[in-house]
Amino acid sequence: MSADNVHATKGERMYDTGSTTFMLICTMLVFLMTPGLAFFYGGLSRRKNVINTMLMCFGVIGLVGVLWIVAGWSLAYGGDGSNPFIGGFDQLLCLPVLNQVLQAAEGTATDGAVYPEIINIAFQMAFAMITAAIVTGSLAGRVKFGAMTAFLGIWLLVVYAPLAHMVWGGDGSFIGDIIGALDFAGGDVVHISSGLTGLILCLMLGRRRGFGMVSYRPHNVPFVALGAGLLWFGWFGFNGGSEFKADAVAALAILNTVTASAAGMVSWLAIERVRTGRPTLVGASTGLVAGLVVVTPGAGFVEPWAALVMGLIVSPVCYFAISHLKTKFGYDDALDAFGCHGIGGILGGVLTGLFCVPELSWTGKGGLFYTGDVSLLVSQILGIVVTVVIVLVLDLVIAAVVKALFHGSLRVDEADEALGLDASQHGESAYPSFSGLD
Amino acid sequence: MKKITAIVRAEKLEVLKDALFAADVRGMTINQVQGCGAQHGWKEYVRGNELLVNTIPKVQFTLICADEHVDGIVEIICNAARTGAVGDGKIWVEPVEEVIRIRTGEHGPSAV
Repeated sequence: MSADNVHATKGERMYDTGSTTFMLICTMLVFLMTPGLAFFYGGLSRRKNVINTMLMCFGVIGLVGVLWIVAGWSLAYGGDGSNPFIGGFDQLLCLPVLNQVLQAAEGTATDGAVYPEIINIAFQMAFAMITAAIVTGSLAGRVKFGAMTAFLGIWLLVVYAPLAHMVWGGDGSFIGDIIGALDFAGGDVVHISSGLTGLILCLMLGRRRGFGMVSYRPHNVPFVALGAGLLWFGWFGFNGGSEFKADAVAALAILNTVTASAAGMVSWLAIERVRTGRPTLVGASTGLVAGLVVVTPGAGFVEPWAALVMGLIVSPVCYFAISHLKTKFGYDDALDAFGCHGIGGILGGVLTGLFCVPELSWTGKGGLFYTGDVSLLVSQILGIVVTVVIVLVLDLVIAAVVKALFHGSLRVDEADEALGLDASQHGESAYPSFSGLD
Repeated sequence: MKKITAIVRAEKLEVLKDALFAADVRGMTINQVQGCGAQHGWKEYVRGNELLVNTIPKVQFTLICADEHVDGIVEIICNAARTGAVGDGKIWVEPVEEVIRIRTGEHGPSAV
């Protein structure tokens, strides 16, 4: 049933119920990703910090949920599209929603919409949630909970919302249209922005007390796998729903999602086998997530064989970043938000410039592999550079503001860090009845 | 009366427990412990980063027994827990001043 199906006697177009349903379900799938990330990060953290690590993800759901309705949605997707950098102030508190619901109830699709546009509010909210949650991974074990909350609240409105507009705002948007960079489901908006922010903050915060001296082991590997599984499942909505229609391209996005993640997992396990002798569950979980990240900017733009290649390439790159760059440069990206999401997102953006099928491209420009023309690749790289600069500058400003609000330090004091953040920040024990040494 | 403490390999828990039950030794306390001796640690890898694990999980048995039973119990423990490789563990014997059975209030060897 096509979106141009005409039922009403007045000759007006109806909403495509298949796409409406699909987008509603994708919304729910993307929401699942943030609790999934909580388990993924929680399992990787030390036992004494597991509540803090998980609450930072769960708490983000609450924080972003509130702020998105109040202002996030309007700043990202409001306005009339005339501003290249930001949406508008016309949808604060989502006040226009009621009228949109009442109009949609009549069943007629206005302005060429495939489904009632209010679905996008919650769908994009879920994207904002997972983005903010990813940032928390770099700071595990030493950031003040209040400071993290304040930072992410400001960050959502000042960095994420404008960035989403710049990439996905349609005609006139700075990165998506003027620069011409493609980002199917958020490799740039979600992963590069959050991974980079994690890196910047972890450099500002400094390393954990025992970094380089104490070995940090994941305290609950099954949680890591559980989290990876939930992320995986939710990601089908993340990439599939970014087509905004229930059609063959959505199917392609989903196919590419599973292909790249499977390739990412296999690739990571192979590297482990070669370099350290044995494949691990944490490695499999990390590899599949890296594969999911790398295909995100190109999920609906590339052929399945290209998704395979992207997945196979991302694992060695991220493995190298996590095992070599981190130790060499000494930055404590505790749970590898930058190593996995930042680097995976950058790689995916660049590879999309190689493998984007011209007929599927939103700008009409295809990848180098198909056209022999570097202009898309250049746009991709330029888009990434612009994103990095914007995020870097704004992050430093926000961090300075939050630092001042929190007595000059984003970081907990040494005694609290040694005691563990669960006890010092939350007064809560994760496993009160379990005995055993960490 | 003596207290016998034995630290053995974690995988010897069931074997040793069964051997003691078979010899009619009923009272024991078992802990999970971590430690090291001559057996050094091993390497684990998390996302390619090397971790040195230098305390090893073991199991600790604690028993109270009459003086005349010490040698017999030590032999049972050694036979059950020995593999011949480094890391088999250690047993030590300490004197115990007093033993009381809570249920009956008995003191001394009859409370063991």
